[in-house]
Amino acid sequence: MLKLEHVEIRKGEFHLKSHFDLQQGHIYAVLGPSGGGKSTLLEAIAGFDPVSAGQIAWHDRSITTLPPGDRPIAMLFQDGNLFPHLTAAQNVGLGLHPNLRLTKQDQSEIVKALSEVGLDGLADRKPAALSGGQQARVALARLTVQRRDLILLDEPFAALGPALKAEMLALVADLARARHATVLMVTHEPEDARHIADQVILVAEGQAHPPVKTQQIFDNPPPQLRDYLGQK
Amino acid sequence: MAGRAQPVSAWPGTSAAITLAVLILGTLTAVALRAETGAGLGRAEWAAIRFTLIQAALSGMISVTIAIPVARALARRRFRGRRILIALLGVPFILPVIIAVLGLLEVFGRAGWISDALGLLGFEPIRIYGLHGVVLAHVFLNLPLATRLILQAWQEVPAERFRLAAQLGCDGRAMFWLIEWPMLRRILPGAFAVVFAICLTSFAVALTLGGGPRATTIELAIYQAFRFDFDLGRAALLSGVQLILTILAAALALWLATGTGFGKGLDRAVRRWDGANPVSRTADAAWIIAAALFLLLPLAAIVVSGLPNVLSLPSTVWSAALTSLLVAALSTCLLLLLALPMAFAIARGGRGIVELAGLLGLAASPLVIGTGLFIIIRPIADPFALALPVTALVNAITALPFALRVLVPTARDVVERYGKLGVSLNMAGLPFLRFVLLPRMRPQIGFAAGLAMALSMGDLGVITLFADPDIATLPLQIYRLMGAYRLDDAASASLLLLVLSIGVFWVLDRGGRRHAEA
Repeated sequence: MLKLEHVEIRKGEFHLKSHFDLQQGHIYAVLGPSGGGKSTLLEAIAGFDPVSAGQIAWHDRSITTLPPGDRPIAMLFQDGNLFPHLTAAQNVGLGLHPNLRLTKQDQSEIVKALSEVGLDGLADRKPAALSGGQQARVALARLTVQRRDLILLDEPFAALGPALKAEMLALVADLARARHATVLMVTHEPEDARHIADQVILVAEGQAHPPVKTQQIFDNPPPQLRDYLGQK
Repeated sequence: MAGRAQPVSAWPGTSAAITLAVLILGTLTAVALRAETGAGLGRAEWAAIRFTLIQAALSGMISVTIAIPVARALARRRFRGRRILIALLGVPFILPVIIAVLGLLEVFGRAGWISDALGLLGFEPIRIYGLHGVVLAHVFLNLPLATRLILQAWQEVPAERFRLAAQLGCDGRAMFWLIEWPMLRRILPGAFAVVFAICLTSFAVALTLGGGPRATTIELAIYQAFRFDFDLGRAALLSGVQLILTILAAALALWLATGTGFGKGLDRAVRRWDGANPVSRTADAAWIIAAALFLLLPLAAIVVSGLPNVLSLPSTVWSAALTSLLVAALSTCLLLLLALPMAFAIARGGRGIVELAGLLGLAASPLVIGTGLFIIIRPIADPFALALPVTALVNAITALPFALRVLVPTARDVVERYGKLGVSLNMAGLPFLRFVLLPRMRPQIGFAAGLAMALSMGDLGVITLFADPDIATLPLQIYRLMGAYRLDDAASASLLLLVLSIGVFWVLDRGGRRHAEA
């Protein structure tokens, strides 16, 4: 239910155009060469970069000018998803109340969210005392308590090994399906897209193309995707 | 970038900057309105201008010239105590000027150690007052800064270059022209400009070691016009001249200077393959020992002559110490109220007014602001009753440029690194400030607060304009004891001031770094 209507983003010389709809509850992979504008697309949807033309609408209501925190969006970035001086529980708590005024009920929700991602008993640890995988799980626990309808992932698990990354993406997929949330995940690896994405958005040459079913796009790749994949 | 989401708002910083600009420009206007038209610069004023420029240029040149071999020796030698010596090079920055002066008098003065030794050999004692005394004190205070600036540049030369030069068979001389001279040519003008700018606004040194028609700086002339003759017109005229000079010097220093001298990693020695012969080893050792003695002897003299009487100091000294602590604490709070919002505003990418105000703070002369505040306050209230708050405020303004240099880089880092996450979690504003910016900047805030408090503790500037006989900060009390030739008490009070200044810096700096996580 996210509509990008003739959206145009400009950053100096660089510009990106997009015009398509996303369905609720689907998982979309954003695929394309680096420097093509994958992150830019996500940051514009999240509200970090102003769009220079067009409209972004959520359930037919324009969110084009809303500040990032007021959009129905939870986002994970490439790095720096946790505050290193706050405990795991506090980092998750920020997803409930940005001023960390937490009730008893909030506290138990945090404990539950941490336990769901397999971090029982680690609530009081700070990120430095957690492994890379555990840190990613804390960020996931925050996603669950945020209860947002649209989840944007800008390659947050890129630094993890392949097995761990696949596990994290599977966790995100489970979470999204259980909540009927929409996921938009940037990736440069076709395998990630094949594993969990329903549809693929190809971003190349200043254009974010409308989503195509994953199976369909890999069976019959358009020229830009063929170039990216290195297929003749 | 317009419309870009930001985790902190700009208005507190902008308000702080406007307050500061109004304060600096307002006091200047107040002084300027008092300046009588047509009363141009007389002979005494020209003499003060000439003396100010000559002493600053000499101090800058001598400091930088001596700093080159000292920095070179420190850069290429490893020895026990090297780390401590380099840490000690940071001390003169927060060392109260009056202590430096008193220590230098004990070593180089008429009744000092060197004169005593000369007397035994049948020579005349040295005369320290006048131009050479002023320059000596300025070199003492600024040689360490110049050394740190040059040492930093030396350490930044990639080790591979020395390795390559050694592999090509360059001797010390060839290595100097190939690697070190180009580096020095880049860094020296900046180091000179920084020392020159600092010495241009020197007041306490000129007050204690200068004076008289032949050794009066502009700051001192402002003080004399104000305090002795109550000639506000002349004070205003001199203030205008001083402001033009300081703005030019500050611009020059900013334009030429590259490092801050606060850099980390200075205790790393560069691995070199030249200078292994006995001659250069001895020369390096001699430079290091001479510089260490020059810096440590005056401080040692204060400790030696001050220690016996510390506990029997008169009560006026103890109450002055308490006054100084209160003024310094107030000054530190004012500084943080100004500097933190300004640093946050600059970190957002805000330019213009905020950075301009920071620059104004660099060029502002404490005595000009003091004179202006006096003129503004007088119709409303008794300026002498407000001596202490005014001192605290002026000290805060003086410390502001240094605080910004410490705070801005980290604030920028934090906003860059965690700004988006904060905004996406709806933390913009107070929550981001409370849970992210302040905790992550604690080490820098502690360091800046420590600098500000130590600088304020040791300041002997604007307080001399306002103080009546009943009120004194500790440095002013020491100055009065010196004037009354009670040098033993002055030394003991200086020791107390030394301990307090370094103590407050240490406590605040430590407090900031304790439990701080990477």
